[in-house]
Amino acid sequence: MRISVSVNGTAYEREVEPRTLLVHFLREDIGLTGTNVGCDTSSCGACTVHLNGESAKSCTVLAVQADGQAVTTIEGLAHDGVLHPMQQAFHEQHGLQCGYCTPGMVMAAVSLLDEIPNPTEQQVRLGLEGNLCRCTGYHNIVKAVLACADARTVSA
Amino acid sequence: MIPAAFDYVRAGSADEAVALIGEHGEDAKFLAGGHSLLPLMKLRLASPSVLIDVARITDLSYIRDAGDHVAIGALTRHHDVEHSELLAQLNPLLAHAASHVGDPQVRHRGTIGGSIAHADPASDLPATVLALGGSLVARSSRGERVIPASEFFVGFLESTLAPDELLTEVRVPKLAGAGWGFQKFNRRAQDWAIVGVAAWRQNGNAGVALVNMGSTPVLATSVVTALASGASVAEAAELAADDAEPQADLNASIEYRTHLAKVLVRRALEAASA
Amino acid sequence: MTVTDTAPSKVIGTRLLRREDAALLTGEAKFTDDLVVAGALHLAVLRSPYAHARIVSVDVSGALALPGVVAAYSGADLMALWPGPMPSPWVLTPDMLQPPHYPITVDKARYVGDGVAVVLARSNTEARDALEAIDVVYEALPAVVDLEAAASDAVLVHDELGTNKIYTWELKIGEEAVAAAFASAAHTVKERYIQQRLIPMAMEPRAVLVVPQPFGGDITLYSATQIPHLLKLFVALTLGLPEQSVRVVAPSVGGGFGSKLNVYAEELLCVALARKHASPVRWVEERTENAQATIHGRGQIQDVELAADADGKLLAVRVNLLADMGGYLQLLTQSIPILGAFLYAGVYDLPAAYSFSCTGVMTTLTPTDAYRGAGRPEATYAIERAMDALARKVGVDPYELRKRNFIGKEQFPYTAMTGLTYDSGDHATAAAKAIEMADYAGVRAEQSARRAAGSTKHLGIGMSSYFEMCGLAPSRVLASLNYPAGGWEAATVRVLATNKVQVVTGASPHGQGHETSWSMIVADKLGVAPEDVDVLHSDTAISPLGLDTYGSRSLAVGGVAIDMACDKVVDKARKIVAHQLECAEEDLDFVGGVFSVRGSPSQSMALAAVAWEAFSAHNLPDGMEPNLEAHTTYDPPNFSWPFGTHICVVEIDEETGQVEVLKYVAVDDCGNQINPLIVDGQVHGGVIQGLAQALFEEAVYDADGNLRSSTLAEYLVPSAADVPSITTGHTITPSPTNPLGVKGIGEAGTIGAAPAVINAVCDALSELGVHNIAMPASPQRVWSAIQAANGGMK
Repeated sequence: MRISVSVNGTAYEREVEPRTLLVHFLREDIGLTGTNVGCDTSSCGACTVHLNGESAKSCTVLAVQADGQAVTTIEGLAHDGVLHPMQQAFHEQHGLQCGYCTPGMVMAAVSLLDEIPNPTEQQVRLGLEGNLCRCTGYHNIVKAVLACADARTVSA
Repeated sequence: MIPAAFDYVRAGSADEAVALIGEHGEDAKFLAGGHSLLPLMKLRLASPSVLIDVARITDLSYIRDAGDHVAIGALTRHHDVEHSELLAQLNPLLAHAASHVGDPQVRHRGTIGGSIAHADPASDLPATVLALGGSLVARSSRGERVIPASEFFVGFLESTLAPDELLTEVRVPKLAGAGWGFQKFNRRAQDWAIVGVAAWRQNGNAGVALVNMGSTPVLATSVVTALASGASVAEAAELAADDAEPQADLNASIEYRTHLAKVLVRRALEAASA
Repeated sequence: MTVTDTAPSKVIGTRLLRREDAALLTGEAKFTDDLVVAGALHLAVLRSPYAHARIVSVDVSGALALPGVVAAYSGADLMALWPGPMPSPWVLTPDMLQPPHYPITVDKARYVGDGVAVVLARSNTEARDALEAIDVVYEALPAVVDLEAAASDAVLVHDELGTNKIYTWELKIGEEAVAAAFASAAHTVKERYIQQRLIPMAMEPRAVLVVPQPFGGDITLYSATQIPHLLKLFVALTLGLPEQSVRVVAPSVGGGFGSKLNVYAEELLCVALARKHASPVRWVEERTENAQATIHGRGQIQDVELAADADGKLLAVRVNLLADMGGYLQLLTQSIPILGAFLYAGVYDLPAAYSFSCTGVMTTLTPTDAYRGAGRPEATYAIERAMDALARKVGVDPYELRKRNFIGKEQFPYTAMTGLTYDSGDHATAAAKAIEMADYAGVRAEQSARRAAGSTKHLGIGMSSYFEMCGLAPSRVLASLNYPAGGWEAATVRVLATNKVQVVTGASPHGQGHETSWSMIVADKLGVAPEDVDVLHSDTAISPLGLDTYGSRSLAVGGVAIDMACDKVVDKARKIVAHQLECAEEDLDFVGGVFSVRGSPSQSMALAAVAWEAFSAHNLPDGMEPNLEAHTTYDPPNFSWPFGTHICVVEIDEETGQVEVLKYVAVDDCGNQINPLIVDGQVHGGVIQGLAQALFEEAVYDADGNLRSSTLAEYLVPSAADVPSITTGHTITPSPTNPLGVKGIGEAGTIGAAPAVINAVCDALSELGVHNIAMPASPQRVWSAIQAANGGMK
């Protein structure tokens, strides 16, 4: 099936099998390998991207379902050599170690703050319930999201 | 993991969806958010030959005041149910239950109709709609019918929905001002409930249903009957599992599940009675 | 003898942000499965659905008929490719039995997930589809799941061995003293603890890509591995390839925790099949495969006995272990419990009365091997749980009992009864700090108040004090344990003509932030900016010598090697400066990157100038080789001995059995800290992994040997919503063993956490008569324990 998907603002037209998962479309058809696969059961969130501006697990979306839709991946977050404030906050708070869960975690965190601009620690923890990290114990990830929210409040 | 191969067609309207499923037959499945079906297909526990994508049927995504009930389009996403201002006023229990489904990413994609049609006894929404005494609207080439939730769930992942029927709407009563309680007991926030309870009370009426206490969502009729005949919350809660046939799994034995149901029904009813 | 660097620290000790982050945060970083090589064939492995079954026949013809399939092989088809079995070189005892292990099994399947056939296809999808067309006839055999049943030899996992018990390893010090102590001690405790099997679940599943040069003869193996150097060695040895023709690259690696410290079947398969088919071959693991066919951790039954005098002072420790090896011996399987053998006396001053015995037992389950801490968390758990049991027996607070037994600060360096020397420590201070940070007295007061009020929300506080034996390892000690390799690490420091620095290290990071930390060491030593230091690693063509990353060794061995190579560079630079300034080397100070003549500071020369002089070689001392470069291989004279005390506060809902962690305090002492930001991060992650063992995680098998928790939906790696924040604190007791004064920190959190959490759970439940609970302390398990203690009453 021929589909057209806008990824990070660029329209890509590709022929795909209906069973192609969005994450495989992104990684293999478009060559954007920043989005990772960590499980088979929609549990880990490593594959989180934005679909029409909201977080979604790209391992549980068919590429054909994204036909005509807008996808943002981790590669689309930084602009002109400047990290997105959430990426910067993860950097400053040491919110990543091996970095494998990080693209999905950052995308989930950006979506979280879009919905709850000034979350409590508990809201951050619950808002990231669908993303697993094995390195950080989440402590600094939570700090990063809260710091990012604070920075946005101050600059607003 | 990669699903087995299938064909894919997209429906632009409910009528088209119904026509397509008639055309493709029993091996075809409707695909909405895909968050129940695709995980099964990836594990190759389900291998439909055709998927009929109904997610683009935008006129099945709505939450509206329909006079004597609230009508929710089957393709309304959990996220939209969770954040609906109308439901916050008219049926906060349903909105709250939706906030417990999966995780934010799942709630951005998964739909209320998909969840209910999947009829998973461990899911939050089927039991909630059952507790609420809601009903489900189904459409097929034979026309439209309204199925009470109490008659909808008939077995594990099994409903009275015919293979060629499309669930189009979920109806729940208006319960403005009712007391309600929702209890979800699990080991991790993202998991299905080990046991869950949805309950409401208003003007001497009550509804209580259980998550993951049998092969279907379970209406706790004995609890409601006891409350109606004047039993205290604590007394009624002791009957929590009387209508259930819980199974054992990795997280809970039958005994523990039965115990949890009593504790959680009591807590849900206490919240509903506050 | 040269005057050593006296420059004050400028970068070491600061919370410098990681240089690794930008690539990882933007998706630029390349993990193994991100690498694109045109024309690669995709490998898929058909895995046994039986824990134990004779393989009657394997018919791959159905797979061969499918589109895209290039080849399909049974285990028997592949035997010609293997000159010998897979490596497991650590022979613990002279009579240890070693079952044969090949990448694809031929005779029997010995765990669910054991490879029985493979497919090579043009795409991953085609390869996976083709697995379903392979016809294997199995004759099911009884599974061997229970460890004690396995030890009875009723069913043999490897028939030719005649037993499932492959070794018994003993460390017995003062056998008569042990017997005498237990015969006459005022107090004894005898406890049984179960170390459940854990699945490491690194977020990046394993992945392999092999690019052969069929005519050139070289092989490049990209793998999600912790051990590119050891992997190169063992691939060469196992496949009979010349070592110099094998290059191993570990690209970005998404966590390991010991699970990528191995030589896996898929790595050997990809190399062998890439050579056979003269084509690149790649493989990526699915999560279910990861749960079934990547190693598991822990898996022990621990029988622990303590003898103590009337005051609770320890007199003797006796430990008997049954250790679950799984279906085969992977690289280090058999040795893992032995890595803990020296630590069952914990941080306590024990006389020479110690008896340790471990029997390794084969089962029909996934092979076990190193998982974060590897033997040492098990040991710490056993002694720290048993100390709480002893405190109850003696009738004193667990903290008081520990204080009576701590090795005193003044006793260091302390020669333990095992013969090992603990180079430094101060347990009482670390414990006191943790006690204060956790408000131990306040929690005890609230606990009493709740108990008096009859609350069903039970408060519990638990502590654990640990000593970690890490920084693996002095080569001669390894020799005494019969380990075939050494424990050194290599480093090269190269000052380029423009005064930029290249560091080549044999350590191989997978999340630890080595590039940042190593640049900080070099910055201070050479007086350059950390961003001017490039760190090269994880590619055996660039870093040919090394022993990789595991056992909290990277800083304490690899970092020290870099430090020492910097000294050599400075020594050489000093000679150049002395030559050019016509002064004595001894008269030169080196501070902040500048050499100056003591007493006449106008006479000076910056390292930048020296670097150019070394490069141009116009005016070097006679006989000196050009360029400013030094290589060091550092073999540590001792292990490193980090220690600390962790305290956990829990609240337990008596009605549901739910355990909630209210507070977690970790006070760790890893000596001098290069980067406290990274130290804290290691502690956070380690603690949550240990806490997850205590409360969430377990590889659950049914009686037929089926892994029931084979996905991340069933195997409960906790999320942010399920765990607490962590309060970290530190004491700093520099290691006198190495010039940086550093100790490892990678595993400490995991080692401290599980006993602290379970001691807190047992403390909370003690008023209900529950004193032991198996891990993980799931709600059902806690509730059931309460019911049992109440005699089944609700």
